[in-house]
Amino acid sequence: MAEYSHREMMAIAAARQIEDGDLVFCGTGISMLAAMAAKHISAPNSAIFFETGAIDSRLEEVPLAVGDSRVMYGTTVNGSLADAFATMQNRHTGQRVVGIMGAAQIDRFGNLNSTAIGDYHMPKVRFSGSGGACDVASFVGRTIIFMQHEKRKFVRQVDYLTSPGWLDGPGRREKIGLPRGGPSAVITNMAIMEFDADSKEMFLKGCFPGISPLKIQEHMEFEVDTSRAIDVEPPSKDELRILREVCDPQRLILGV
Amino acid sequence: MNTSDNKVMALSDAISRYVSEGCHLSMGGFTINRNPMAAVYEIIRQNIRGLHVYAHSNGQGVDELVGAGCVVKLEIAYAGSGRFAPTCVRFRKAVENGSLTVEDYSNYQMTLRFLAGAMGIPFMPTRSSLGTSIVDKWGFTKPMRESDPKLPDKKLVVVDNPFGGWGDASKLVLVPAINPDVTVIHVQKADQQGTSRIEGLTFADVEQVKAARKVIITCEELVETDRLREKPDQNQIPFFCVDAVVPIPFGAYPTACFRHYDYDPVYLNDYRKVAQDDTRYETYLNEFVLGVNNQGELLDHVGKDRIEKIKADPRTGYAVGLDRR
Repeated sequence: MAEYSHREMMAIAAARQIEDGDLVFCGTGISMLAAMAAKHISAPNSAIFFETGAIDSRLEEVPLAVGDSRVMYGTTVNGSLADAFATMQNRHTGQRVVGIMGAAQIDRFGNLNSTAIGDYHMPKVRFSGSGGACDVASFVGRTIIFMQHEKRKFVRQVDYLTSPGWLDGPGRREKIGLPRGGPSAVITNMAIMEFDADSKEMFLKGCFPGISPLKIQEHMEFEVDTSRAIDVEPPSKDELRILREVCDPQRLILGV
Repeated sequence: MNTSDNKVMALSDAISRYVSEGCHLSMGGFTINRNPMAAVYEIIRQNIRGLHVYAHSNGQGVDELVGAGCVVKLEIAYAGSGRFAPTCVRFRKAVENGSLTVEDYSNYQMTLRFLAGAMGIPFMPTRSSLGTSIVDKWGFTKPMRESDPKLPDKKLVVVDNPFGGWGDASKLVLVPAINPDVTVIHVQKADQQGTSRIEGLTFADVEQVKAARKVIITCEELVETDRLREKPDQNQIPFFCVDAVVPIPFGAYPTACFRHYDYDPVYLNDYRKVAQDDTRYETYLNEFVLGVNNQGELLDHVGKDRIEKIKADPRTGYAVGLDRR
């Protein structure tokens, strides 16, 4: 079996969630790698687009920001921010979009905080803010979330709700005026979490090789159902080769 | 609106004429691309303070203005410089120590706010942020809003769809228009009257320009009007929106400018490190911003080797194989 890092496992696990034909919205970092890997491995007909307006860029090098000039090369169409978000809010195209994003905190319904820890007006730690994350989480057909599996990140209640998940449970999104979408999976450095179809609560879907459900639960502030957990297949040689050699040969995102 | 034939002027004149203490300023660009950095540095050198800044996802430009103490209020969606600083460091410090008051919106909301300003309407509707803290938590207090005639009384308003269920929407968030005193953007090409061409992505620069009372364009190249008229489909900014045209090669440095140069990973990495420490940041400001008179002197100070490395490859528009670790 090939050796691989947690970040590589995360990128591959997320790439496997992308279906052929998806319009993939991605942010910076590992989400971009996952989208690039999916396009090279299992979803050649997926198209990556960015909130900056670039559609189906030819990503010969991994961009380090969604405003990187690398997203501007070889696009099919250059839109603007207004176009990119409209594509996601649009009733026809928005449903086909899968958004990939990260955050500082997540709760059991997949609500995300990427704004501040502590009191909003006098925060203990301030983060970048929503960027396009709130828009994506509000609009698109489904979202995939990247998180580090830590107790301070998987919290009972987020300090600031930046991006809407399932809010406070079933039916809430529809009631508040968000008729579609919601988080479908959370990919961490240990596991894949999904959301129960009825309760909309997070449960443990799969453990990465060598990691037990108990250990995963220990890294969360709230309890999750671990009874449905399966073992996640490690990355194949082919998946690793594409990730390393095609997507990020400089290891800018994968790290050393 | 300004229809004069020749608006070319020195950067120092453009900034002193149109950017004043306490004014409402919006800046173009996105994270580490096409930020109007030469203009940012000149604002810092002229020590113009008390600024109220509007941006959507500006990284480096906003962070340097904040770091120099020029900004007191900021309406923004995202303050980050990609992998170089996932949260801008001086921004984070300023919010945490209470010297900067922030009003948070989403990126689309900020874009719609500029668009509303450009269209001459008071607000735009969206579904974004329903059910979130963006709706519930307001950074600017009511007295703060009421005491500033340039600010609307409310951050945003949630309404029932006035058309019933039409458009498959029950509720909407209305976000207020922005009409900044001045917008500064950096473009690839402009003529002396102000007609401008942005290559690559325009971000929300066009909306930001059209929403503003005064507009400063800095450009890589000043070109003849006839050259821009040959391909008008590639131009975005009408001349009458523009008040000042300032040719500055590498005017977005150390951020990128598509087809001209890449971002400078060395500068951005060094910046992140010095930004963590107040004393080192002071030294940085004195050396790289206050210690030079203009963008040309900054480039000389950085050195030819570094600038050579980031020059864009003509095929891709960025520096292929650039060491970006």
